[in-house]
Parts: sequence; C-alpha cells; structure tokens
Amino acid sequence: MKIHEYQAKEIFRRFGVPTPRGEVAATPDEARAAAERLGSKVVVVKAQIHAGGRGKAGGVKLAKSAAEAGQMAKAMLGMKLVTPQTGPGGRIVRRVLIEEGLDIRRELYLSVLVDRAAAAPVVMASAAGGVEIEEVARTNPAAILRETISPVVGFQPYQARKLAFGLGLSGDAANAAVPFLQSLYRAFQETDASLAEINPLVVTGDGKLVALDAKMTFDDSALYRHKDIAELRDFNEEEPLEVEASNYKLNYIKLDGTVGCMVNGAGLAMATMDIIKLAGGSPANFLDVGGGASAEQVKNAFKILISDPSVRGVFINIFGGILRCDVLATGVVAAAKDLQLRLPIVVRMEGTNVQQGQAILKESGLNFTIAQGMKDGAEKIVALAGGAR
Amino acid sequence: MSILVDEKTRVIVQGMTGREGTFHSQQMIEYGTKVVAGVTPGKGGTRHLDLPVFNTVAEAAKATGANASMIFVPPPFAADAILEAADAGLSLVICIAEGIPTLDMVRVAAALTNSRTRLIGPNCPGIISPGKCKIGIMPGKIHKQGHVGVVSRSGTLTYEAVDQLTRLGIGQSTCFGIGGDPIIGTSFLDAIRMFNDDPDTHAIVMIGEIGGNAEQQAAEFIRAKVKKPVVGFVAGQTAPPGRRMGHAGAIISGGSGTAAEKYEAMRAAGIHTVQSPAEIGHTLAAALKSRAGKSTHASEQRGKEAKRQGKKKRR
Repeated sequence: MKIHEYQAKEIFRRFGVPTPRGEVAATPDEARAAAERLGSKVVVVKAQIHAGGRGKAGGVKLAKSAAEAGQMAKAMLGMKLVTPQTGPGGRIVRRVLIEEGLDIRRELYLSVLVDRAAAAPVVMASAAGGVEIEEVARTNPAAILRETISPVVGFQPYQARKLAFGLGLSGDAANAAVPFLQSLYRAFQETDASLAEINPLVVTGDGKLVALDAKMTFDDSALYRHKDIAELRDFNEEEPLEVEASNYKLNYIKLDGTVGCMVNGAGLAMATMDIIKLAGGSPANFLDVGGGASAEQVKNAFKILISDPSVRGVFINIFGGILRCDVLATGVVAAAKDLQLRLPIVVRMEGTNVQQGQAILKESGLNFTIAQGMKDGAEKIVALAGGAR
Repeated sequence: MSILVDEKTRVIVQGMTGREGTFHSQQMIEYGTKVVAGVTPGKGGTRHLDLPVFNTVAEAAKATGANASMIFVPPPFAADAILEAADAGLSLVICIAEGIPTLDMVRVAAALTNSRTRLIGPNCPGIISPGKCKIGIMPGKIHKQGHVGVVSRSGTLTYEAVDQLTRLGIGQSTCFGIGGDPIIGTSFLDAIRMFNDDPDTHAIVMIGEIGGNAEQQAAEFIRAKVKKPVVGFVAGQTAPPGRRMGHAGAIISGGSGTAAEKYEAMRAAGIHTVQSPAEIGHTLAAALKSRAGKSTHASEQRGKEAKRQGKKKRR
C-alpha cells in the first residue's frame, strides 16, 4: 500500500527521523496560513500524489511569501499532474504540503527495503541524491552503498557508520547519521514497510541531516496488524474498479486492452494475458478469482469486468483440478443471466465433471463459446472480441 | 526415484482440523500419502480423519516418526507454525498459506539458515511425486509417474504445464511450486540442483514469472552444470511495471525483474524457452525426442521449432 509524502513524514517524525517543518493543506487559504505559521523566508509547495517525478511536472514550487504560497497552492490544487510515473491520465492534486525552505549543502539518497535474494532488509545509500536510484544503478552501480541487516542482531551502529563515512559525511553530519539511519530502520521495521525511501536526504548548511522527501510503501499482508497505517489508504489515488475489486477480495489490475480475463491463480492469470497477446489481442485486465473460483466470486468478477467499457469479450480460464466444473458452470450461467451479459464469453475449464460443465454452458442459451485448452480459448476470444487496437 | 518426497515420507498436518486442512488432508490420504497425524493446539488427544491429533509438532513427531509437515494455518500464525516444525526437527516443511507478512518470513529465513529443515513455500501449491506422495493442494489425478521434474512459482499454472505433459504421455518425477512470495524457503536454484542430481529426473520444466532474479540465478547454474534438457516459460510478458500481479513477489520494480530479462538469461543458458504457456508440453516432448536421437518427421519438425525458440546448443 502506498501513502502520501506528508503521511510518510508524519511516520518519520514519530520515529525520530528529522524532516522539514511543514503542514498539509487542502485549500489555498490553509496553504497561506500554514506558510505564515512556518515563518521561513522561503516555503516549498509540494503536490501530494502517489507518484514520483513531481518536480519536473510542476508539482513542486518555491514561494517567497505566504501570499505567493497561497497562489501556488491555488494553481496546484485540483490540477491534473502528469508525471512519468502517473501514466498519461495523470493524478488530481487534492492536497499540498507546505514546508520551510532549507539551506541545502548536499543531496544524498537513502532507502530501506527487503532484498529478496538475501531474504533480509538492506539499507541502501548513495551520494547521488535527487537522482532516481534505478538510474544510478544503471550508470554507476559502484556508487550505491549497501548494508544487509541481520534480522537476528538488527541494524548495528558500525553499519550506520560505514554508510555515513561511505557517503563522505563528516563532523556533525556524520555524528547525526547513526541515530538518523537507525531511526529510519526502526520506522521501516516497526510499520512492516516494504520500502522507506528518502530522496533526497539533505545535509543542511549547519550540518544537519533532514529527510527532504519521504516515500513509504507497506506490506499489504501485514496491514492487519497496523490499523493506523491501513487507515492512511487514499482511495482517490487508485483506479475505482480496482478499489471495488479489492472490496470483493479479487485481485484485479486494469490494463488498456479489450479482452476481459477471469482466471484462477496469479501465475495462470499472467500467462493468460500473455497468450491473448500472442493470439493478436490485448488483455483488458489481470484478474485472479482465487484458486477455488466460487460462484460468488465469478459473479463479482463479471461485475468488475463489465464495468470496464473497453471490454468487448471475456475469456474465462479456470484450471480447477479439484474444482467441480459443473458447479463452476452453474455459477457462470447464473451470474451471466443475473447481470444480463451480452458480451461474447469464451470458457476454458479443467477439473472434475468437465463434460457436465460444458453441457450446462451450451444449454444455457447464452453467448458462450467452449474452448479446448488455453491456446484455443485465446484464439477464440480474440476472434470474437477483436484484436489489439 | 524422485526428489524430497516419496512413498516413505511420513506427514503431519498442522491445522488439520480446520475446514481447508480437513479437505486437503483427506485428498492427500486418498492419493496414498502417508499422513500420520494432525496438530491443533488444544485438540491434543482427540482423533480426526481417523488419525491422532497432538497439541504440538514435537509431540506429534515423537509419537509418529513423521519427517514432513504440511502447514494449513492462517497467515498471521504461519511463521510460528514453520518455526515450530523446524524446531521439532522435521526435514521438510510445506507451507501453503498466502499472505504471510514479509518481515515474518525474513525472521523465518534467518532461523532456518543452517537448520536441517527445508521449507517449501509459502504461498505455494505444495509438492507431489506422482504415484508416491502428494503434500499440497494440487489435483493428484492430472499427474503421471515419470521422469520430468517440474518447478514453478505458481499453482494453477503448474497444473496447466503438468496437464500438458500428462496428455502427451510424459510422466513426472516430482512437481512442486516454490511459491509466489518474495521470500521463500526453496528457490529455483535449489530445485534445479536437486533435479539435476536426481538420476530419475531426465528433463526439467521451469516456470518463472516476473519479479526478482531467481530465474536468472537458476539459469546461470543450468548454463554451467545442467546437461538435462530444460524447458522454460516466464509468466507476465504483458505485465505493466510497478504493479503487483497477484503474487506478492510478482512485480517489476525499478525496471528489473521483467520477463524479457529472464528469457534472455534462460536462452543464454541453453534453456528451451517458450513464449506461449500452451507450448510447454510439446516443447519438452521435442527436447526429449531430439535427445533420444529418434528422428521421426514430426519430432524433427518440433525439434527445429524448439531449437529456434531455445537457440544454441547447450555447452
């Protein structure tokens, strides 16, 4: 789960990670008042959306007075911000973060994430702050410092020192680095984050370390034990259909094709998208109805698929094994009747009682096409729903 | 032979008395798996499915001589269950649960380092050596005893591949899902090593998906060490970057973990790659036939096709 920068900074402060002073504002008046309270010579107005690349897109501006901050907030609030990470649709700015301007001497990069290969958290740092870390990894991988954290002994001070001196910090900044890094690590660990990233981390003119930016994402599987964090979810930042699907506990991701997919299991769902593409079509979505593909989930899945206006046909690919195909088919027919589906539907199913299942579909009088195998199914649905646009 | 599980494997089920646990334990018993006991804290001393139930894994292991455990407890309790099984000295633990917090698995992985326990999963369908032992939720009947090892990150996609093989009359030595989570007990590399060392496994099917670089690590080992034919598929060629495709581990992040880079590593390792998930069975059949030196027209055609897709002879 993603959260906004201002929310991540609140979490940082809770764990003792220094951030610039700032307030979030939802109206120009609030923004102006916040800038006045901050009282700094320069304030920064930052658009709050769940995507990076805001600076270049005009989502981060410097104001020299509270009045100017209010005007900038007015321009930003409600605007559609398009960055390389938002996609062409962009995101509507609903809040801005008003922060004090800082005297910046250096910009660094810092993050904590889980290293899959090491099966442990890793703290990454780089002297090249303000640049995307992927870019640094491509062009100058040696510039990235890494410390793997043992889950048994935790993040040790010597590891923080290695990173601090590796970044070329000295004096006050080097001294500040150990508690800074350890606080960030605690924020990561104690919230079950999947990423805590500061880019840039700045060294100020007076040698302080401050998280100028903040990004945190959380492990969805651990949200059950972090109710406070689960509440930070911003539904405005998500695709409405995906929000609806998540209410049904369906794994759905909207794509831009025309063939709606309903599949059991994530791997098979991805493979189904791939084979639709190979057959000359384009998948409208990823949708995993779960291993069991219950009648209720099938109906919910249909609801989501037909809410997407670009869907011109549906490919149901269910490899049940233990699942009974007659039960599945009955569920599919009932849902299709209930929702008055008119779209062509190609059904491929494997499991017990396949023949009975196919008979139920055929006798339903609805627009079903039966497929033998997933290749046949993909070709049939592409023929019915049209190829890639 | 087979790897990890066979007719001698004695299995306990943690969480056997629950709904899912009951259903799948029954299925396993029907398949012929030696399920010897269940573990449910608080239900020790009772019987379920005509088997003894114990309060702890240690008691169950001691009383029954079990050497493997199947875990069917909800995700918040699964890490604890894995550690309990390891503590009881079981050599194999299979965890089906999807949705275990990643940092729980970080701790489990650390605890299992240098332990004699091998973990399969979590978030996996389990493991089956056809005709001998099934520990998991996969449909037993689509499998056929034979000599192809199948390893995959996914559940139903594994069934798909196995089904293709069985329909072509090609049996399997052992099939297992390693799990769709970012941190798992047994990797592709571990699996390929074991299949390579198993004289009864003559060929390998490896089904990867986007995210991480476990496929590349395995490909590197295959390039250097594996002489058996390997067929490879990677799910998620059409997946958009930055989105989690169902599995917690299936995400292209920072431009890495793409299907394209995994295919590249596989091809460089001489793996017979397939772009279509429907071609796994035929491609393996062709690879086996060309290896056996048979030269029927059909196999030659398919062999050429496989070669075109897989490129290069292996070193």
